[in-house]
Amino acid sequence: MHDYSLDRLAQGLREGEFSSVELTRSYLDRISALDGQYNAFITVDEEAALAAAAEADQRLATGDATALTGIPIAHKDIFCTRSLRTSCGSRMLDNFVPPYDATLIQKLNQAGAVILGKTNMDEFAMGSSNENSYYGPVRNPWNTETVPGGSSGGSAAAVAAGLAPVATGTDTGGSIRQPAAFCGITGLKPTYGRVSRLGMVAYASSLDQAGPMARSAKDCAVMMNTIAGHDPADSTSAQEVVPDYCANLEQPLEGLRIGLPREYFGEGLQGDVAQVIDAALKELEKLGAKLQEVSLPHSALTIPAYYIIAPAEASTNLSRFDGVRYGHRCEDPADLHDLYTRTREEGFGAEVKRRILVGTYALSAGYYDAYYKKAQQARRLIRQDFLDCFEQVDLIAGPTTPGTAFALGAKTADPVAMYLEDVYTLAANLAGLPGLSMPAGLADGMPVGLQLLAPHFAEQRLLQTAHLFQQTTDWHQHRPAGIKAGGQS
Amino acid sequence: MQWETVIGLEVHLQLATQSKIFSGAATQFGAEPNTQACAVDLGMPGMLPVLNEEAVRCAVLFGLGIGAEIGLRSVFDRKNYFYPDLPKGYQVSQFEAPIVGKGEFEITLSDGSSKRIGITRAHLEEDAGKSLHEDFHGMSGIDLNRAGTPLLEIVSEPDIRSAEEAVAYLKTLHSLVTYLDISDGDMSQGSMRCDINISLRPVGQEEFGTRAEIKNVNSFRFVEKAIHHEVERQMDILEDGGSVVQETRLYDADRDETRSMRSKEVANDYRYFPEPDLLPVVLDEAWVQSLRETLPELPVEKRQRFESQYGLSTYDASVLTDSRALADYFETVAADCGDAKIAANWVQVELLGQLNKSELDIANSPVSAEQLSGLIKRILDDSISGKIGKQVFEAMWNGEGDADQVIEARGLKQVSDTGALEAMVDQVIADNPDQVAQYLAADDGKRKKLVGFFVGQIMKASKGQANPRMVNELLARKLV
Repeated sequence: MHDYSLDRLAQGLREGEFSSVELTRSYLDRISALDGQYNAFITVDEEAALAAAAEADQRLATGDATALTGIPIAHKDIFCTRSLRTSCGSRMLDNFVPPYDATLIQKLNQAGAVILGKTNMDEFAMGSSNENSYYGPVRNPWNTETVPGGSSGGSAAAVAAGLAPVATGTDTGGSIRQPAAFCGITGLKPTYGRVSRLGMVAYASSLDQAGPMARSAKDCAVMMNTIAGHDPADSTSAQEVVPDYCANLEQPLEGLRIGLPREYFGEGLQGDVAQVIDAALKELEKLGAKLQEVSLPHSALTIPAYYIIAPAEASTNLSRFDGVRYGHRCEDPADLHDLYTRTREEGFGAEVKRRILVGTYALSAGYYDAYYKKAQQARRLIRQDFLDCFEQVDLIAGPTTPGTAFALGAKTADPVAMYLEDVYTLAANLAGLPGLSMPAGLADGMPVGLQLLAPHFAEQRLLQTAHLFQQTTDWHQHRPAGIKAGGQS
Repeated sequence: MQWETVIGLEVHLQLATQSKIFSGAATQFGAEPNTQACAVDLGMPGMLPVLNEEAVRCAVLFGLGIGAEIGLRSVFDRKNYFYPDLPKGYQVSQFEAPIVGKGEFEITLSDGSSKRIGITRAHLEEDAGKSLHEDFHGMSGIDLNRAGTPLLEIVSEPDIRSAEEAVAYLKTLHSLVTYLDISDGDMSQGSMRCDINISLRPVGQEEFGTRAEIKNVNSFRFVEKAIHHEVERQMDILEDGGSVVQETRLYDADRDETRSMRSKEVANDYRYFPEPDLLPVVLDEAWVQSLRETLPELPVEKRQRFESQYGLSTYDASVLTDSRALADYFETVAADCGDAKIAANWVQVELLGQLNKSELDIANSPVSAEQLSGLIKRILDDSISGKIGKQVFEAMWNGEGDADQVIEARGLKQVSDTGALEAMVDQVIADNPDQVAQYLAADDGKRKKLVGFFVGQIMKASKGQANPRMVNELLARKLV
């Protein structure tokens, strides 16, 4: 059961093969039995999960069910959940129980999905290895000595280990796609503004985007049908009409033009990863796609631009964590200054502090023009590169990451090496484009992700391409050793 | 040395919207602490701002009212600083691209002269909450009801040269915003707060002196006093050969002095940058035009019309157009009674006199415009004299009903019955033979004075109700 697709689960629930309570119970049991090895969850509220499952069962009985009614789901702990602690992986919010649901949570709850629990993540979504969590690192189910990627590492590990059929994540610079690649699952970062940000703890407001993390492109499509759409409470959410993401999944790829940016296949790309990617691209060619080389000439600006803009926004987004109204507050502050400094000193971890400092510096008088303004100019150039490229091709493809999951601790001492992990994923956030990572094969026994990027609001094209690939290959069905494979796709 | 005072004002105007600038919480004044603050106002994690369209409309109306350039694409920025009553750690404001650009308006001074004051810009922003330092046993309380209240910050050019001009500027601004109905402009409730930038320079020097900024002055009177005090302080320093420190000062009304707010001596770096949670505000030219068409008649236009249409003096016209409600009141009275000059006189002397004495607003006047014109009509048709009219007004003020009811109930109707008046005239002539002889012996010039004695006696006898015109006629006929 823990290996079923969302369609298969919905069918089982609808036909009474199992109830939502049984399904939820089985996942809760798996979590309590197995999560000690992975640390994928920060908070699990069994009672609330079973109550929601019971309610879903009633709804299933009335025939008023959606594609997600009764289906257990794991949420990244960045989404505010009413009455359920939302820590964002930080000591700062260790005691924070929101009085409201994020829009994404509200939509999924209304559809009847059952919240299994909240998944581990890099603190405030800052990180590429999930080693920056106040709750300890997450371990990759494929090899528990390696990282699951980050920042949505808990969600990726939970899906990979069969602790949840599907999960939510957020992606500011690759935080859905990179852990999806490392953990051998499919993750979609939608177009900026496609999914509401309301109730999602902000890291970098102009880059943050929520999306699904699942076993297949089709499961991602099912999720998108519920979570996508305009939210009047999020001024940056898109008004664009929401299509049925499941509608054209089977449409053949004949004639689809796929661009391969030469900048994504050069120096830094691990050899065995390149081989897996090549093989996957050949597979796409067999499906009717036409491959051609393209260029994104301003790619070299991506990392510098991102690491100015994201910390700049983060530095002010995180100002609200001051110990005054909610969250961590230091003991017995002597005065206001002491309250602020000690609360933030104790509440934030090292990487968060590093980014607040970098961002504060970049926005300071006298440096603003040299850094923030320049970075915004670079961002426009990067975006234009993609718009130009999409004049020639329908999709862009390449590796999601330069290598496979690395060992725990391997890069913690070198922030720049860690930042390079996101070299292929950052640009989509800067340009606001949708991107998807799917399992393309294994390199030395570890999953390799193929990244597909599409024009704004062309998520359907990404899902269709990935789905057809997953119809003729079985990489997405491979499971880590010890996790039962097989079952329905 | 002769010094010239240079003043620029920054006014924070609270806009009269039902809800806050970025949330749906109410903006009412005086609610229990923290009962009008929602998750957005509290800066809760994941909360996002949504711009209140009404605040944009108010700002654009103001811009149109001062003939300013309207920013068709304005941008919100974050102004970053830490303070306990600033929930997000930044204030959402407009920095580089404000919604209202350069404009100006005219102020009228007490000597009847007028002067144009330039407006540099006006921008939208959210208010912060309030820190309460009393009643918390050494701790501070935070009230976030005010957090997120829409403000329009109106920045003047340094065109103001005296406390009188500053007060005239604020009064004109107050009148303008209440005409536009975009703010109640109530300084006592903080709906209009003023920061004053003051510097001195030798007369004839072009370059500005170093300025001090006096924060948050909240009444016309305090503005005047604060400026007087600050000018004196700076003059003392300069006369002694010292130099003024650029700083923020606070006006203490209790001690009538300004003093340095030391905490702000270190220049703040607000790290402004465009607010990524809001899109730029793009206004449609046609929408702006449609708003322009809804602009009401503004104070200056109305004053000019009152002068030409009703033949009023500039002074009278400017008193009567001070507020839209007063102007409307006057126009109702004038139209209804048919005599604008008498209407103007009654509104200014009796009505405003009583309102000021009772510290009442025109909106709360116990005598309605219809009631006042009813009274004036009785004077015009000779039912009562102007003097009796004042009695009737007082009775109406005290709630004794309309003019006709008061006149009836108190028996104040003028005596115009020829027979009754004749009897009174005859009696007075019979009772005062000496004065009659004097009158008859006098020449025409003196007679005019002496007749007043007889009129006075008759009015006394009639308790003021004799028709003075008829009394004069009768006397002229009988004193021969």
